[in-house]
Amino acid sequence: MLSRTASELYWLSRYLERAENTARMLDVAWNMSLIPRSTQTTEEIAAPLTITGSREAYDAQFDSLNMGDVLYFFTFNDKYSGSIYNCLKLARENAHAVRGKITMEMWESINAAWLEMKAMASEGFAGIGVSEFFEWVKNCSHLFRGATYGTVMRSDAFRFLRIGTFIERADNTARILDVRHQIRDRAGDVAVDYYRWNALLRSVGAFEAYREMYADSISAENIAELLIFRAEVPRSLRSCVETICDLLTQVEGDSGINVKRIAAVQNARLQYGDMAHVLEIGLHAYLEDFLRRINEVGEMIRAEYLEVT
Amino acid sequence: MTMKVSDISPSGFDEMYLSNDEARPHYATFCDWLSRQPADVLSRKQREAELLFHRVGITFNVYGEAHGTERLIPFDSLPRMIPAQDWADLERGIHQRVRALNLFLHDIYHEQAIIKAGLIPAEQVFCNAHYQPCMQGVDLPNQVYAQISGVDLIRDGRGDWYVLEDNLRTPSGVSYMIENRRMMMRLFPDLFTRHAVAPVDHYPSLLLETLQQATLASSPRVVLLTPGRFNSAYFEHAFLAQQMGIELVEGADLFVKDGFVFMRTTAGPQRVDVIYRRIDDDYLDPLAFNPDSMLGVPGLMSVYRAGNVMLANAIGTGVADDKSIYPYVPEMVRFYLDEEPVLKNVPTFQCRKPRELQHVLANLGELVVKEVHGAGGYGMLVGPASTREEIESFRQRIKDNPDNYIAQPTLSLSTCPIFVEGGIAPRHIDLRPFVLTGREIHIVPGGLTRVAMKEGSLVVNSSQGGGTKDTWVLEAPSC
Repeated sequence: MLSRTASELYWLSRYLERAENTARMLDVAWNMSLIPRSTQTTEEIAAPLTITGSREAYDAQFDSLNMGDVLYFFTFNDKYSGSIYNCLKLARENAHAVRGKITMEMWESINAAWLEMKAMASEGFAGIGVSEFFEWVKNCSHLFRGATYGTVMRSDAFRFLRIGTFIERADNTARILDVRHQIRDRAGDVAVDYYRWNALLRSVGAFEAYREMYADSISAENIAELLIFRAEVPRSLRSCVETICDLLTQVEGDSGINVKRIAAVQNARLQYGDMAHVLEIGLHAYLEDFLRRINEVGEMIRAEYLEVT
Repeated sequence: MTMKVSDISPSGFDEMYLSNDEARPHYATFCDWLSRQPADVLSRKQREAELLFHRVGITFNVYGEAHGTERLIPFDSLPRMIPAQDWADLERGIHQRVRALNLFLHDIYHEQAIIKAGLIPAEQVFCNAHYQPCMQGVDLPNQVYAQISGVDLIRDGRGDWYVLEDNLRTPSGVSYMIENRRMMMRLFPDLFTRHAVAPVDHYPSLLLETLQQATLASSPRVVLLTPGRFNSAYFEHAFLAQQMGIELVEGADLFVKDGFVFMRTTAGPQRVDVIYRRIDDDYLDPLAFNPDSMLGVPGLMSVYRAGNVMLANAIGTGVADDKSIYPYVPEMVRFYLDEEPVLKNVPTFQCRKPRELQHVLANLGELVVKEVHGAGGYGMLVGPASTREEIESFRQRIKDNPDNYIAQPTLSLSTCPIFVEGGIAPRHIDLRPFVLTGREIHIVPGGLTRVAMKEGSLVVNSSQGGGTKDTWVLEAPSC
């Protein structure tokens, strides 16, 4: 497969996954802001900015920190490159460039999402409810993924699409867990804490999984274990890295020896890791280390497959 | 639903109607069907078509507007029909013409017999901006220069067919021919049970065969080279690459090494044998042509000249479809094939000839004047449709550089009804059949019918707001 095509497929699915993750993350923030005692904490409102490392970009655009502006910043805003608006725009542009490599159903779903997004952007949240909008974003992502699974050939096109999804997802799960864990450390209000963890689980679609796997009430340690080590949870770090490893071994040709190696190392760390190890070095340090490693994998994919010189 | 009386110009030729209340025989079944359709059904279908085209993203980009500006080419759901016998004649004529044009290209890049015979002035060829000296003496497989060509045809007030121009560089529009047919079959499946419409959907597989025949290499790897997603015809490039199952590449995806062309892939470099290029000559290789081009592949020309990669179409075909060479095409047919041309040229005045220039300047109000290298409906004057000021300013431009212009009588162009608010109304149309030349010549029945959507307008180019129709070649009388 052409390197440029692989790159466009990879970014197409990264941007779409980013749009979905942003919607999930904001959905939590929005729900938290509806809980009386948590609304006032600046830290809580700033959480989405902290998670995505976009505080500076936000401050350049807005004078004060408030939920309404944060929501706008991440959704209909055409000035921030990571807004849902721009993610869908870029995803659609990448799809446009490789429309010969994706199926009609995939193209139609992403193109329709972008056309609807454009139409919604003029009215913003005056035209659609906040939760309703996030539902819509998630549905767009589901629809594209469904079209991909159901129609595209199992070739390198499919593999690079999936690799993009899982690199983005791993990065996102690690960030969201890290920031939520830090906020929790400093607060300490048990009731608010409950809603926080609850919302976090729901945002990554893992609430049911938690209930099934852990009999006890929601605890920070269990959640960390769930989102880092459990292979059954599709957004856990272990699931993401395992899938990336599988996909890399399936890519045709002998390229990518370095990325295959470091991905396999990371996979082993998750496969044979446990919470005791994490707590020994501290969750924050552990996740920071993970983020560095997963970004290295992304960087190697770029160098060995996508931008070959 | 019926056409309003007085809609058909008495001096014009309408494809569907003989007169206001009588359909032409090959349209009888269709008109009967049409008269029984409630108006709202047709307008619903028309809207459905627009929605589908938008969703599928069949758009084109407009030059001169912001990057990424995408527009839909207006699609009209009333088919343009051509009876079997008419098509058989046209096909014979197109076949003959394209054969002669390829022989002409081989000739001028080799022996130049037609110039030595005094039939075409040497300066018309060698001073032409599209003549490529680097092609002199280069031998091509099967001596084919234009694998893909489009011949633009029109009909005058009496219904006689004329060739308006030949397109031997990178003719576009074939994707609309295919998509229009798919759309019509989706919207009106029952019409296809009532008419024996010759299929067009096999064009991409014929194209792939033709491209494979452009090289002597065995099991060649073919790619389609596009300028990129901001090009006006990008949709078509992506569409054709997908339909043929070949890679759609940009200049930066290719590189030259050790005398061959390779593409960059996730599995390492892969050799390329044939490039179906949708980039003009000047932009193909910054080392050989325009050094500022970012679209091409440095060193491509040297590989091409060595015969290690094939380009379709070849370099330098533009010299044969230029409007200044057009008047000589009937001569080419006689000279190379020893046959009488089946298809007529539109009478053409060459402003570079003083006597013809005089005639043109004296009759500007009645003529169509075109730049010899122009295309896309840009840089032309339609005398009868222009204001006095426009005519005078054009007169000055012609006087300043007469060699740059040709003029033709304003042909009325035939009309075909389109669907409009509250009924149907006639609009001017042309026809571009697509011709594939490999070891033999293939012409998919019909082609692309372009429509001037504005009442009275004669400009059918999509860049100027023209639309398209599905074109039906009827294989047998409809029953």
